Amino acid sequence: MTKSHPQVRSPALRVALLCLLAGTAAWPALAVDTSAAEQLARWNTAAGAAGNAERGRVFFANQQGNDLSCASCHQAPPTRDGKHASTGRRIAPLAPAFNPLTFTETAKVDKWFRRNCKDVLTRECTPAEKSDLMAYLVSLKP
Amino acid sequence: MKPNFLNALTSRLGLSSRLLPALAALAGLCLLTPPVLADGGSAMPRQILPAYQQECAACHLAYPPGMLPTPSWNRIMGGLERHYGIDASLEETSLRQIGVWLQTHAGSYQRVGSEPPPQDRITRSAWFERKHRQLDPTVWKQAAVKSAANCMACHSGAEKGRFDDDELRFPAGLDARYRRYWNQD
Repeated sequence: MTKSHPQVRSPALRVALLCLLAGTAAWPALAVDTSAAEQLARWNTAAGAAGNAERGRVFFANQQGNDLSCASCHQAPPTRDGKHASTGRRIAPLAPAFNPLTFTETAKVDKWFRRNCKDVLTRECTPAEKSDLMAYLVSLKP
Repeated sequence: MKPNFLNALTSRLGLSSRLLPALAALAGLCLLTPPVLADGGSAMPRQILPAYQQECAACHLAYPPGMLPTPSWNRIMGGLERHYGIDASLEETSLRQIGVWLQTHAGSYQRVGSEPPPQDRITRSAWFERKHRQLDPTVWKQAAVKSAANCMACHSGAEKGRFDDDELRFPAGLDARYRRYWNQD
């Protein structure tokens, strides 16, 4: 019988390969696959209408059912560091013009919209609410 | 000349007398090395799982996984939709990956043991309460501290898993009447 996989003879190379394998398995995918503008377009399409920045601003700042608002953690306007309402953890600015990392990963956008809307509204946000929010966030400029 | 009892001991154990200093040094080393904080005084595993840092530490301190026993971590990971009042749900891959890593390191800190603390809270563990028993309990509610779970308020090395008394700081903005608890050496 011949082996189907070639053997790696050098111990150093073996260690390097193992590290590489472990590294690729452990690192979460850093996929920059979207932008705030794209997310705005995405939710505009889903809602069937353009988001309204003023409605988004009110939605963002107003307390909802759980005595929480988006601003409880993100500040209003979210152009500077926020603070997690229950743990006090620093939260980087949410407005894209103040933080180039926000809204650059679709999976992250979806994850945080899902969780945070549930915390604040005890339900997921509608596409119309998301398009308003995106319109508001994109409108914030230095 | 060796004392008699040492002679008796070495002959009994079949040890050469030349080994004795080495053994004594080894015993000394064992006494000097803290049994748990072997990694440069850090309660954190040498390798912090990047997914743990990214997902869990986005909202709170990356708590050392050794500070809770396995059953607690399993319950926490099984109920992330209602995580101490917050939706912290994760997709399947991260959930599994983080769960395995937590299990690997669970219960390794000091006297954590296998008994889950009430509500699976580190801060309700007997060892945690013992270590903080001299504090005025009202300190946890102060705005500068926020809660007992906010380790960084006082433990400046908490992010790196270091909780030594040497690295204690008095939280900025905390009322001076609490100062006496910080000056007890």
